[in-house]
Amino acid sequence: MKILVAVKRVIDYNVQIRVKEDGSGVVTDNVKMSTNPPDDNAIEEAVKIKEAGKASEIIAVTVGEEKAQETVRKALAVGADRGIHIKVDSVLEPLAVSKILKKIVEKENPDLVFMGKQAIDDDCNQTGQMLAAHLNWPQATFASKIEVKENSLEVTREVDEGLETIEVNTPAIVTCDLRLNEPRYASLPNIMKAKKKPIEQINASDLGVDTNPRIEHIKIEEPPKRKAGIKVASVEELVQKLKNEAKVI
Amino acid sequence: MSVLLIAEHNNKEVKSFTLNAITAASQIDQDLHVLLIGHNADDVAKSLSEVPLVKKVLHMDNEIYENYIAENYTSAILKHADKYSHIVCSANTFGKNLMPRIAALLDISQVSDIIKVISPDTFLRPIYAGNAFATVKSNDDKKCITIRPTSFEAAETTGGSAEIEKVDAADKTENTKFVNREEIKSDRPELGTARIVISGGRGLQSGENFKLITDVADKLNAAIGASRAAVDAGYITNEHQVGQTGKVVVPDLYIAVGISGAIQHLAGMKESKVIVAINKDGEAPIFSVADYGLEADLFEALPQFLEELNKLNTIQK
Repeated sequence: MKILVAVKRVIDYNVQIRVKEDGSGVVTDNVKMSTNPPDDNAIEEAVKIKEAGKASEIIAVTVGEEKAQETVRKALAVGADRGIHIKVDSVLEPLAVSKILKKIVEKENPDLVFMGKQAIDDDCNQTGQMLAAHLNWPQATFASKIEVKENSLEVTREVDEGLETIEVNTPAIVTCDLRLNEPRYASLPNIMKAKKKPIEQINASDLGVDTNPRIEHIKIEEPPKRKAGIKVASVEELVQKLKNEAKVI
Repeated sequence: MSVLLIAEHNNKEVKSFTLNAITAASQIDQDLHVLLIGHNADDVAKSLSEVPLVKKVLHMDNEIYENYIAENYTSAILKHADKYSHIVCSANTFGKNLMPRIAALLDISQVSDIIKVISPDTFLRPIYAGNAFATVKSNDDKKCITIRPTSFEAAETTGGSAEIEKVDAADKTENTKFVNREEIKSDRPELGTARIVISGGRGLQSGENFKLITDVADKLNAAIGASRAAVDAGYITNEHQVGQTGKVVVPDLYIAVGISGAIQHLAGMKESKVIVAINKDGEAPIFSVADYGLEADLFEALPQFLEELNKLNTIQK
């Protein structure tokens, strides 16, 4: 079984986002970047399945600028076998990314495609479901547990009401929740080994996919600031304020 | 222009987030139709028809819709997509799972998780976990939109009398099977819709100590939340998690106890109307969003808080 894992390079989750003054976006120059957190869970799960002897090859793929390769390299260091980097110069919408990934799936014929449930930059939560639609494959989103069966997966999904379990026939798309597993750190020897693993580079423009934006970003701004609060000296004062000033209890 | 809203329900009742989505959808265009896909859900159809903002209910009834499967819903919705300028639903796990599948098949770039309708093609949506707001304009002819439920009031549920039209079922997928659902039952208000939420963090130090939170929650009829740190430490189950990767809550009162206020957590609660922080670390970032901050040891403050609440003659429920 072959598993394709899609990863995205985003601003590190610990970085306090700063909005550009001209309203055109957020500051990314000299800002720490890393792999989108749930994409790490997607890689980890694929590696665990391979370690259990149920997968033969893991391919990590990313769509992004030159430096997005670092994200693929990291996936190689934790256990992916080879990488694919689809080069683009601009930020693409999930619809365009899903069309690019469809081309890669057609080329590589994986049995499973894993990725994070949502990217923490644009917070769209679309790419996996869109790829599933393009391929007419089943989708198992927000996965917190995956059981590999013969020709199918049993996937437990994190939903509002609690947990839902579905069974999807392979080939299938799974989008991963942070609770799926605990991603491992790459060891130094594995980081060194990953440097020798191949990363194929493909220009998005060679794939014949329409990547033109459909959504205009008119303005990016800071959210309204909360007005400064006060510190209260005691529990009595707190309760009195909540009762008589805020009138919420 | 007409808007088609996809209802979320359990064949007995409409889920509350659908009512919030109805309010947003009606701001896009008043000609709002609701598509109800289910099985033996006549009561749901009736209650949707009584929502004054709803102009028509399309009711698709078939046993294949006993459980919600995104693939089956998608083929059902695509049968009706032609007639509408906008297809919308709530941006919770229901709508997040469903809408991109529809959008891709219609070749539409979806606008996710809107918090404001600026015009029928322009919307405000949070990005970077709410650390920036983007004003976006969709240039697709048809729009697929998901709506952040907590940013819109719930629609009125009585007084309307929309027509209910029965429509035929669509194709069923053979590749996805529903196995089971474990719903978390509770007598408390639901976290996503509660008027008061009290949340505990790593400062609680153990699952047993969450009793201090529970006692106050009982007194205030509040829902119980938690930070990711508390969930990861195993103090409480994950359906209580508030934050970027948990639930986004907008209660009238949010009480954060022993929570430092990681960016991840703030993203899930900072739009609350009134925020209280109780933390012994006066430098904790949670204080920067708190209307009322109490720098104190929670193990002393929470019992005192309960005692003070008990002294009050009346407490709003």
